[in-house]
Amino acid sequence: MLPPILRLLATPLPLPLVQGMAQASLTHILREHPGLFDRLGTFAARPIAISPTDAPFDFTLVLARRSVRVTRRGATPPAYATRICGPIVLLLALAEGRLDGDAEFFGRHISIEGDMETALALRNAAESIPLDFVRDLAPPWRWAQRPGQAVLGAVRRSLLEREGVPCN
Amino acid sequence: MQLICPAGTPAALRDAVDLGADAVYCGFRDETNARNFPGLNFSREELEREIAYAHSRQVHVLVAINTFMRAGSEALWERAVDDAVRLGADALILADLGLIAYTAERHPQARRHLSVQAGAANADHIGFLVEAFGIKRAVLPRVLSLTEVAALTREVPCETEVFVFGGLCVMEEGRCSLSSYATGLSPNMHGVCSPASHVRYRKDGEAMVSMLGDFTINRFGAGEAAGYPTICKGRFTAEGRDGYVFEDPVSLDALAHLDTLHKAGVSALKIEGRQRGRAYVAQVVKEIRRRLQSGSGAADGAEALRRMSEGQRTTEGSYDRRWR
Repeated sequence: MLPPILRLLATPLPLPLVQGMAQASLTHILREHPGLFDRLGTFAARPIAISPTDAPFDFTLVLARRSVRVTRRGATPPAYATRICGPIVLLLALAEGRLDGDAEFFGRHISIEGDMETALALRNAAESIPLDFVRDLAPPWRWAQRPGQAVLGAVRRSLLEREGVPCN
Repeated sequence: MQLICPAGTPAALRDAVDLGADAVYCGFRDETNARNFPGLNFSREELEREIAYAHSRQVHVLVAINTFMRAGSEALWERAVDDAVRLGADALILADLGLIAYTAERHPQARRHLSVQAGAANADHIGFLVEAFGIKRAVLPRVLSLTEVAALTREVPCETEVFVFGGLCVMEEGRCSLSSYATGLSPNMHGVCSPASHVRYRKDGEAMVSMLGDFTINRFGAGEAAGYPTICKGRFTAEGRDGYVFEDPVSLDALAHLDTLHKAGVSALKIEGRQRGRAYVAQVVKEIRRRLQSGSGAADGAEALRRMSEGQRTTEGSYDRRWR
């Protein structure tokens, strides 16, 4: 689970700020990894809701449009084809291929509602690209990249260790 | 014994190669193989590139073309065979008699393995295919006991390969119609058992209900480990009792019998799971390679493998069949 202090800090963040950060991150990741669309095929047009159970926001992605819409937990999210729920660190570790989606599903750590084809296509597409949130989400400015990656790397390592996920 | 590892994506193939596979098996992105899931498998370009990667590390690549040809569309399967041979596959894993015959005739130099989907479980069956089509290795169904595996391996004029870890199909493979009955799609003809297009999960209070088409397959209580929505591992009410009629949601783990399989003369050990993620492939390949090298069934990594398993439980399946 996300440390309570992080959840506490995230809760009052203004929605437009989180929306802007999420959209910038998604745009950058999709630009870095165009191979994602090759495996997603037509499933890229289907809305996918990512609902971290320990964070105050939901994220609804339409990858074909390269768009994400952030909603506060409890608010009515946009319509989705499939919805993936679980602790945010596990969801990020799954996206990076550090955990096996089926195993986390068997263990009831994550749950999936709606269209399973879209969920499977997303999992397989994410597995096929070298997604690395520390590298992909580091500040774009050359001077800030190394310290940015160091900070993000330390945060990731700490969060993964809390969940018992290998972080090599 | 060779270690044969699954790969659903190029990234998984590289993990398997780097972590100790002797050979990796994979398939094309269509219904010519029995893991035809959305976003999975290899394009021709990817296969060519990954075969080069594997060969540079002395690892073989086996291409599964192991569904049964649809009448009138044989060209799809024949093209898959032609392309796999052209791209440098070290062996083709085949089930359909017509396709095996096509391969033997058009590509006599191509090494031909008999897929588990062929359901060949006796020496006469395998012997005929060896004689008629030059089969070099038979992948044995997961319904045989260790004694039967040993006897068959002694009797047949080809190598044998057995599953040692992963999804456990308890049916007559290649002939099972349960998925087809519920959805119209089967692993045999379409490459999908319980296709994702027909699977739904829904919450019912604290429970999770799995559905396949119009059928409720299972209902998992709060915190209860879940499984795939396959009819053979569904929970039924029979004679007034609820329970699993065919098999529980559980994975195969025959790693305690590596020594016995070696002594029986088995040539290759197969890990199931082309549909699984890179983390599964890495964990399982690493653990089994470690055990093969240490020569013991030491269970240091058993807990990690159990957590990877369907229903988070494992069984020795028919290998330890005591009811016969």
